[in-house]
Amino acid sequence: MMSKNLDHEYAPIGGSAEFCKEAANLAFGEGNEYVKNNLNATVQGISGTGSLRIGAAFLSKFFPGNKVVYMPSPTWGNHGPIFKHAGLDVASYRYYDKNTCGFDFQGAMDDIKNIPDKSIILLHACAHNPTGVDPKPEQWKEMSQAIKSKNIFPYFDMAYQGFASSDFDQDAMPIRQFLADGHQIALAQSFAKNMGLYGERAGAFSLTCISKEEAERNMSQIKILIRALYSNPPIHGAKIASTVLTTPDLKTQWIGEVKGMANRIISMRKQLQDNLVQLGSSRNWQHITDQIGMFCFTGLNPQQCEKLTKDFHVYLTKDGRISIAGITTKNVNHLAQGIHECSK
Amino acid sequence: MASRFADIPFAPSVEVFELVAKFNADPHPNKVNLSVGAYRTDEGKPWVLPVVRKVEQAMVADDSLTKEYLPITGMPEFCEVATSLVLGADSQAIATKRAGGVQGLSGTGSLRLAMTFLKEQCGAKACLNSKPTWGNHLLMFRHLHYEDIREYRYWDPSTKGLDFSGMLVDFRAAPDKSVVVLHACAHNPTGVDPSHEQWKDICKVVQEKKFYVIFDCAYQGFASGDLDKDAWAVRYFVSQGVELFIAQSFAKNFGLYNERVGNLCVVAATPDALERIKSQVKLIVRGNYSNPPAHGARVVNTTLRDPELYSEWKGCIKTMANRVLAMRKALRDRLEALGTPGKWNHITDQIGMFSYTGLTQAQVAYLVEHYHIYLMKSGRVSMCGLSTSNLDYVAKAMHDAITKITT
Repeated sequence: MMSKNLDHEYAPIGGSAEFCKEAANLAFGEGNEYVKNNLNATVQGISGTGSLRIGAAFLSKFFPGNKVVYMPSPTWGNHGPIFKHAGLDVASYRYYDKNTCGFDFQGAMDDIKNIPDKSIILLHACAHNPTGVDPKPEQWKEMSQAIKSKNIFPYFDMAYQGFASSDFDQDAMPIRQFLADGHQIALAQSFAKNMGLYGERAGAFSLTCISKEEAERNMSQIKILIRALYSNPPIHGAKIASTVLTTPDLKTQWIGEVKGMANRIISMRKQLQDNLVQLGSSRNWQHITDQIGMFCFTGLNPQQCEKLTKDFHVYLTKDGRISIAGITTKNVNHLAQGIHECSK
Repeated sequence: MASRFADIPFAPSVEVFELVAKFNADPHPNKVNLSVGAYRTDEGKPWVLPVVRKVEQAMVADDSLTKEYLPITGMPEFCEVATSLVLGADSQAIATKRAGGVQGLSGTGSLRLAMTFLKEQCGAKACLNSKPTWGNHLLMFRHLHYEDIREYRYWDPSTKGLDFSGMLVDFRAAPDKSVVVLHACAHNPTGVDPSHEQWKDICKVVQEKKFYVIFDCAYQGFASGDLDKDAWAVRYFVSQGVELFIAQSFAKNFGLYNERVGNLCVVAATPDALERIKSQVKLIVRGNYSNPPAHGARVVNTTLRDPELYSEWKGCIKTMANRVLAMRKALRDRLEALGTPGKWNHITDQIGMFSYTGLTQAQVAYLVEHYHIYLMKSGRVSMCGLSTSNLDYVAKAMHDAITKITT
């Protein structure tokens, strides 16, 4: 990039067109009909958060249905504030089953059926934050049908594409399933984790539309919202991302590096689980390897978490969530010991 | 399949972007872009400051740098040095820890933080904006649902200067505790700044009315070429004990337009109040975009903290400011030499990137259509669009427009 001697002139309000195209292609799949036929309104956002915020502003102003966002319980702590700052109400649907440390599919489906028609539903595309619990493909299919039958608007948050399973298509499957089922969707993408561009705030917000004209119309309104927030987006991170995505050698290298990150996470999950078994823990730790992505809901309660911090100097949130990224071959034994001691 | 969003209307486009698009599409060989507010060299090209290029290259070579998240309130070193730049390194407010900064998304983002804070935490209902002002100020207040969006008289078309008495009358007529947006220097779009004496009177009224003050400071250094001179008004207010916000942009004075580097400088009466304000602004940041982009802030921080780089940067600012001043003088000289009707001292009296020329809408339309010279309907000209190669053309065109079209 430096060798290209690029200037620092203002980006367009919607950001780098090349970046937006590549981001949409990554999410919707190579050769998807949306990008091909200009059916997506895609803009650069300030990473995932900023992209969520743009969508929230758009829905707050223009959504013709019930302006309530139903979020999974639990969800990322910042989802609520983002939607509320935009003037939307929030509610929740059951998601995490603390008895199984897995997905409460029945609870989710029951709650979805009770969501008022034409509401908005927030869905984590993969590697649910904070639980690490993702629905299975067949479960996604059923959720899609239930959501469609009630004309609920799906808003996807995808912060971990590639990072979760190491397979970009697999991680984006729920989005593509919903599109194939005929939903119109909104999507917030982050490149913070999968490109390690955390502090450069590279992200994208997309809205799928039924015509090119509609996409242009929606774009015109989204741009006004962006202008009133910060005029136009920071270019550095997006430029890095689009350079990687459009340069074959770099893209190949990137895919390998994402695999590296995902595999390290997966192997740390396995090691932690193995260590707990070896230590003779009588608890079921299956969920450690069943769950996916950066985070793991251990199942420890707040008191156990406090003890883990006090006695073993392991820092985790009260809800029992650990970031697998913080585990290394050098500390996994210590961590297993600590978890075992605190959960005996 | 019908869309949920079928009934959403097309949004009107922003005038300046429409103008630039028209300019770009125009094949005319003599076309001139006098609309957008970004610095251009005498060759009409964007200018990446050499010192910025140097710092960016060093950053690429520095393997110790990571891309980890910045704190929510931004890079602390950057905020510190940016605050110091606008308030002065010897500022009493800084020394007594009642001034500090939160990194914002350039000037716009910093303004947005202040406006949001004042609405949400201080219950602000009314806001005062200069007539005219940068259009986006009004858009932002509307989007934040301020109940009472007012204008204060500012541009006086008969003098092509400041309507000072009108301004103070409008200030006094506004509700107490209104939010007032003041342009620290190089007023956009008019280029008309109050004198020091006028600022002193403005400050008195602001204090009388207990206004919440937001200074929009997008041109420090860029206006006169002198960083301290351009910060005079802000520093005066601070010295009078006014609590205020300053939305600082580094887009123009560092040429970092697309990296969105800004600082919301907060000056409170006490360190305790400062911390409280920052803690609330932090929540606003988190709920909007979590944390700010690192790249541009790092460039600015590195430059401002290194004596040699800082000196080099000051040289770059002088280069930009001097070219603009030279263009102002050259345009005025030519108009006066041509005997163009009217007085033209305002071209050099005004300061900064922009000038309200006094051209009428009809005259502007004539310039666009007949001469392919693109400027705003308001008669606002961006001085950066002028160059030694187009000055004669523009002056003659203006002369023609003014003599031919008298409405």
